[in-house]
Amino acid sequence: MVYFILKRLIQSVFVMLAVALIAFSLFRFVGDPVSQMTGVETSVEDRERLREDLGLNDPFALQFYRFSSDMLRGDFGFSYRTRQPVSEMIATRLPATLELGIVSLIISLLVGIPAGVFTALRPRGFATQAILLTTLVGVSIPTFVIGIVLIFLFGVQLGWLPTFGRGGTTDLGGWTTSFLTVDGWRSLILPALTLGVYQLTLTMRLVRAEMLEVMRSDYIRFATARGIPYRKLHFKHALSNTMIPVITIIGLQFGGVIAFSIVTESVFQWPGMGLLFLESIRFVDIPVMGVYLVVIAFFFVLVNLLVDMLYILIDPRLRVKEAS
Amino acid sequence: MLDVRGLTVKFPSRRGDFTAIEGVDLAVKPGEIHGLVGESGAGKSTIGAAIIGLLQPPGYVSDGTMTLGETDLRSLTPSQAHEARGDRISMIFQDPQTSLNPLMTVEDQLIETIQAHSDASTNTARNRAISILEEIGIKNAGDRIKAYPHQFSGGMRQRVVIALALCTDPELIIADEPTTALDVAVQSQVLDLIRRLARTRDIGFILITHDIGVIAQVADTVTVLRRGRVIETGETPQVLGQPREAYTKALMDAVPRLDRKLDRFSTPDDGEAPSAPALTTGIDAEDWLMEGAAQEHLGLEVRDLSVRFAGTRTSIFRKPEAYVALDRVSLTVEPARVLGLVGESGSGKSTLAKAITGLIQPSEGVMRLGGEDLPPARQRPRDHPARRLIQMVFQDPYSSLNARHRIGDILAEPLALYGLEGDKAKRRALAAAMLELVEMEPSNIDRYPHQFSGGQRQRIAIARALLARPRFLICDEPTSALDVSIQAQVLNLLKDLQTKFGLSILFISHNLAVVRQMSDDIAVLKSGQIVEAGDSETFFTTPSAPYSKELLSLTPAMPY
Amino acid sequence: MLWRLWDSDGVYAFRHSPAAIIAASVAILILGGALFAPWIAQSNPYDLSSFSLIDGLLPPVWQEFGDPRFPLGTDDQGRDMISAILYGARLSLLIGLSAMVIATVLGVSLGLAAGYYGGRFDAIVMRIADVQLALPAILTALLIDGIARGILPPSSIENLRVVVLTIAIALSLWVNFARTARASTFVERNKEYVQAAMIMGQHPLRVMFIHILPNIMGPLLVIMTVDLASAILLEATLSFLGIGLPADSPSLGTLIRIGMQFLLSGEWWILWVPTLFLVALVVSINILGDFLRDTFNPRLR
Repeated sequence: MVYFILKRLIQSVFVMLAVALIAFSLFRFVGDPVSQMTGVETSVEDRERLREDLGLNDPFALQFYRFSSDMLRGDFGFSYRTRQPVSEMIATRLPATLELGIVSLIISLLVGIPAGVFTALRPRGFATQAILLTTLVGVSIPTFVIGIVLIFLFGVQLGWLPTFGRGGTTDLGGWTTSFLTVDGWRSLILPALTLGVYQLTLTMRLVRAEMLEVMRSDYIRFATARGIPYRKLHFKHALSNTMIPVITIIGLQFGGVIAFSIVTESVFQWPGMGLLFLESIRFVDIPVMGVYLVVIAFFFVLVNLLVDMLYILIDPRLRVKEAS
Repeated sequence: MLDVRGLTVKFPSRRGDFTAIEGVDLAVKPGEIHGLVGESGAGKSTIGAAIIGLLQPPGYVSDGTMTLGETDLRSLTPSQAHEARGDRISMIFQDPQTSLNPLMTVEDQLIETIQAHSDASTNTARNRAISILEEIGIKNAGDRIKAYPHQFSGGMRQRVVIALALCTDPELIIADEPTTALDVAVQSQVLDLIRRLARTRDIGFILITHDIGVIAQVADTVTVLRRGRVIETGETPQVLGQPREAYTKALMDAVPRLDRKLDRFSTPDDGEAPSAPALTTGIDAEDWLMEGAAQEHLGLEVRDLSVRFAGTRTSIFRKPEAYVALDRVSLTVEPARVLGLVGESGSGKSTLAKAITGLIQPSEGVMRLGGEDLPPARQRPRDHPARRLIQMVFQDPYSSLNARHRIGDILAEPLALYGLEGDKAKRRALAAAMLELVEMEPSNIDRYPHQFSGGQRQRIAIARALLARPRFLICDEPTSALDVSIQAQVLNLLKDLQTKFGLSILFISHNLAVVRQMSDDIAVLKSGQIVEAGDSETFFTTPSAPYSKELLSLTPAMPY
Repeated sequence: MLWRLWDSDGVYAFRHSPAAIIAASVAILILGGALFAPWIAQSNPYDLSSFSLIDGLLPPVWQEFGDPRFPLGTDDQGRDMISAILYGARLSLLIGLSAMVIATVLGVSLGLAAGYYGGRFDAIVMRIADVQLALPAILTALLIDGIARGILPPSSIENLRVVVLTIAIALSLWVNFARTARASTFVERNKEYVQAAMIMGQHPLRVMFIHILPNIMGPLLVIMTVDLASAILLEATLSFLGIGLPADSPSLGTLIRIGMQFLLSGEWWILWVPTLFLVALVVSINILGDFLRDTFNPRLR
């Protein structure tokens, strides 16, 4: 078990290092950092001095080491565009994206898992066919179109909900949250739904497929042959076994949530990291792009490590030693 | 107690209803073990599923009556039927590895099952569970009950499965191939347990199996099925000893005998059995092979061969413990003779085959083919002559032929690869002729493997091996996936070809009776070590190693 | 022979699945329309001289002021909506299909080799796949686009847009193929027909591509359809974000982005016509993907 966790940790560190390497190469090789930092009037000598000061003449490995250890200390460098520290820019944007992502993930799980179970247990019902068709359309509509439709319906036609920005937020020592004001919640609904719908359809289809697979397994057939009440059979025996593959995929999907938040944030002008990333791409603001990359990968790796821990809780085969 | 009359089960399909079971009568008394025996497609499992009400959709019972005691099973509502499951009828499945929920302790599964059918408190249920585990022979049951299924070995797990089927005190237990996944030693223990439970608890058992040996060992009465119909039913000694029907008789004849060696099996005429076609083009293939057979006979020698696998790593500080699959194995396959290699699952039989064919790298040891050094896997170049001289026939005819290739292409492959025949048209003609030699229609070469039965596919696999003009053949459980009558035909074919072309054969099997019929010499493998080797008939009459004696005594001998 | 095909289980299931038939018809119709756009469309939306501002903002024919020359109306530039959509779909499908093909070739080759050889090679490929997974599709695509902007001079970037976009999408999709091919190859590798080929001493490339590949085509085919849909969606999304194709050579996503400006005004068709068209295309591809999945894995039905 300890080995299992250690192995995953090492793999995670590897992924983070690789992503850091990509981010560093971006910084180092896409465009010249020195010419980005200086103006036209800077002399060649000054440029060379800056180059030397920044350590750009050092060997690649040393530069990468410096880059990585700076990152570890939270020193993410400065934006080409705003000349602000990137860490500050990310810190002000992070809460918006995380809150959006978490709420939409919760929506997708709260609706997706029950719907998946329902459609797996009644594979031939009319409701199942209807749900399946709806989700098929759901995965086929681009996120931005869902956003547009929601804005059109609830914002333009009905005028019930705000269609851009975060509305009222509360500052909790650097963390601005939408959760404490009615206005904040109202602003959150449409973006979270937009982001959640795609994840929801994926979750539902996945739960359904895994559940169908588990329902055909020998131990479910054996439990049926023992007359275990159907409620227990479905929600204790089948669902717990279904969750093992499902939580893996949900961990992987978290990356998708963050990625699609770029789109959602763009549609709803949601002041999160995704919008920041889009702006930095438009202005080729390499340091911000690189840091965004590292932050996203960090959350992805973190969530997947948590999923592995969850695994150990659920599956005794990882927890308890096999007896001969 | 259980009375089934005129049971008919149909599976609707797009080509009309398929009748899986037709007009089956069956009666089981309390305390009686009733065997249901038949080859694949006989409908044995379908009968069991129909009785317990768990037919796979879209199958349905279209006709007949089923009564258990006073209860008409067909008239039960779905929820009544579900309550009766476990309470009155239970079931045991084939594979103990997959029959238990891996995420729940044995205790939870037992208590839950007991409480599903009674108002017992959790404590009462737990005590009952422990006493049942003790009854079926699990030592230290009070502690072991807290364990998860994966912490039990295969045989113990099957006992837990039986405990689960038993803990609600059912009147009838349907056991569907309960010992097929088990080794012979565990099999006989489980069968003893079933017999004991039937006697002491007065439970009726329906024992579904393809293995006539198992029926002979424990069943009081037996029903022989074929293609969904009852062929013959009655007391076991009468049905197996003095069968009235030709099919039963033929079936009994096809069962390999452990107690004596026969020259040939008599095979039941099963429609599939080829009626020895007049060889026309088959002669060409035979001549062509004879040309190859003119090469000298090659024997195989293995000296001190060891194979180690890396174990699963559990710590970063310790190296994983190596698992020793073969431990200094030495054996000799004499030229143009058959060496039978026997052993239980996990004894290393297949590992040896893989080491010889170059799929696995041995950690030490020497192999010699016909006196010449045979390099191990990594040192054996792709164009080494042994690649052609050694060929293999596999266990599972459903996976040993590439499903996406035509028979003709499969057969022509060795011819092209080894440069035995340069001309494409000639390769095709030879492939067709070869089919005839293994007693199949030459016109089949344009078809795909899935269009053939298991026995036919095994013939194709043998044809493919022969077309390399090999001198040494490895047969790894070549008939254990086949029905007994088909097994007899394939074994006959192998025997004929071996004598005709002077092949040396390493014949691997867990089935002692089959090995006795096929082998000249024998070697017994246990946990990666050879425990006995020598002349086959001597081994079967007077085994010397204690393990060999145990193995022979546990194998059910056919008393009829 | 043809009868056998017609009678085979797959075709039978297709004949009896109205959803699959409709989806296939829609997909073929759109594909045909996109393929033959230069001959079908009445005007070329890339050619400024073929339309005129005078015809701008005309509604579809069934509305007041509709012009029979433009059955689905025109945009603000006076472009015929149908022509714009056909050309847009042509571009979207071109990018989607090429990205899918590149991702298939790359992913399947790596996955096959990883599954076949196992060991260190497999570990390396899978770690690369892990890194790729940590950077979701849309992020990879955006990133590559960003890099291209940084490296290439602005003049050539406009010409290379389609190529950059295709590569970006392909790189974000190959992992699916690699993982599926690897998992299936692991299973097939231990099957006896593969062992038979290895024992005979056949060349590893022959074992991989002649023996194993045809047997793992089923799941790969499903992924190909699903990923074609993803590729089209991804292209639309990137173009919508304004970093895909520019307005003078509009793909479906660009058309929708342009249409967004008319969300609040009365010219609904400029937004909704291309949107509906895109959704219809992707839905029908996904229905076909689902159908293939059910047919190749009938137990899941």
